[in-house]
Amino acid sequence: MNIIQLLFWFLSVLAVFSALMMVTSKNPVYSVLWLIGTFFAISGHYILLNAQFLAIVNIIVYAGAIMVLFLFVIMLMNLNRETEPRKNRWLKMAGAVAGGCLLLVLVAALKETAGKEQFAMVNEGNIGLIRNLGKELFTTYVVPFEISSVLFLSAMVGAVVIGKKD
Amino acid sequence: MHLLAIDLWFILEKAILVFCIIGLSFFIAMYTTLAERKVAGWLQDRHGPNRAGPFGIFQPLADGGKLFFKEEIIPLASNRILFLLGPALAMITALVTSSVIPWGAPVVTASGTIPLQVADVDMGILLVFGVVSVGVYGIMIGGWASNNKFSLIAAIRGASQMVSYELPMGLALIAVLFMTGSLKMSEIVASQAANGWHVIYQPLGFIIFFICALAECNRTPFDLPEAENELNFGYHQEYSSMKLGFYLFAEYINMFISSAIMATLYFGGYDIPFVNEASWGLQPWLLSLISFGVLMAKIAVFLFVFIWIRWTIPRFRYDQLMSLGWKKLIPLALLNMIISAAVMLWLK
Repeated sequence: MNIIQLLFWFLSVLAVFSALMMVTSKNPVYSVLWLIGTFFAISGHYILLNAQFLAIVNIIVYAGAIMVLFLFVIMLMNLNRETEPRKNRWLKMAGAVAGGCLLLVLVAALKETAGKEQFAMVNEGNIGLIRNLGKELFTTYVVPFEISSVLFLSAMVGAVVIGKKD
Repeated sequence: MHLLAIDLWFILEKAILVFCIIGLSFFIAMYTTLAERKVAGWLQDRHGPNRAGPFGIFQPLADGGKLFFKEEIIPLASNRILFLLGPALAMITALVTSSVIPWGAPVVTASGTIPLQVADVDMGILLVFGVVSVGVYGIMIGGWASNNKFSLIAAIRGASQMVSYELPMGLALIAVLFMTGSLKMSEIVASQAANGWHVIYQPLGFIIFFICALAECNRTPFDLPEAENELNFGYHQEYSSMKLGFYLFAEYINMFISSAIMATLYFGGYDIPFVNEASWGLQPWLLSLISFGVLMAKIAVFLFVFIWIRWTIPRFRYDQLMSLGWKKLIPLALLNMIISAAVMLWLK
């Protein structure tokens, strides 16, 4: 066991555990906080893959901005354990079965894929560093990149239009 | 010395550095509280604290001791776990950002070079932004868990203020990155030592960055989350004893760290101005010590400006704060970015 493997197992356990806690906790605020924990664990995995830019952007955008908005809504609506609607037991079981089916399908689909013996390149490769990533985005993938930025702009304009008082 | 294929000497070296930096942050934060009261006294034509020790230099110890021995109150209606988590998060996020700042020139020894920086990662300055964006949670969780409407309003205010002012801050930073071509803190300092400080080329960018730093630290004129005449005491109203102390202390540590970041980004970091220190032929450890002292002097100037502004400028109204951030600073920062990009393109 070297330090990379130790970190990998630690982060994996953390990610799965906080994801489970996020689904099962009764208090919506706890759910948001566990989800933030999951994002941090996933960012740790990105760092192990040497995708540092993705790791930091994941934290800035998801943990730092989107989850803050989630927390705003939950705090201002005062969703507590008491106001949480009681769900039917059969509904819960149906949800668990459906989720299990999805897991089964994913595992079955990925089981026979080519290259499953290949492991992720840990702690090597430098495509995830910002210089290489930026060059790729603005040369090879410049058209999809610009199209997605136009999409973001239109979404932003749309949000302003909806949010504006008349 | 290897265990589990981990280089323990490396970890020991970094651990010592981390402890030194955290100790330094606490020490500076302690004495910034005293400096704040002394400067306030000076600006208001009175003495300030001068009873504990000569010139009141033991005053921070007395304040800290008082906070430790005060009664600890956890409101019954509060959410106990989150109530304790809030100040801890505020303190952790305040301390983590210091890890990427280069505190002095690297010490060259016979067995290798010891950088005075915990982690010289490729993402350097973006890591600071990541931690700052997570810093909102300390305020939000603490304010919500107190189960007090004033705390909640203050927490929401603080969070939206911090999220808003991150944007012009990031845009001002992009113009700096055009000039260095790297996000590494060590390379940002090295490029300034070679080509002159960024504040000469980016005066507008620096002013935007400084205003945003004031807002991110919740300092006057942007201390809306603690506006006592509207919100009693702000998001830490229900806190007492050392938990309150953690919130107040985290604010001073944030001030210290943001001063260090501004000095590093715009004022050459540990670079000694106007001289070529490499030609002096000094011992490497002495040179590192001098460069560390230079960085500390720059930080001290920034801390003084922070305090000076607090006791000079009155507080903004909340709508003024938002309109300044979104309608004035962001367009200005965008303009600054476009002009910098055009000039860089023209020069190349």
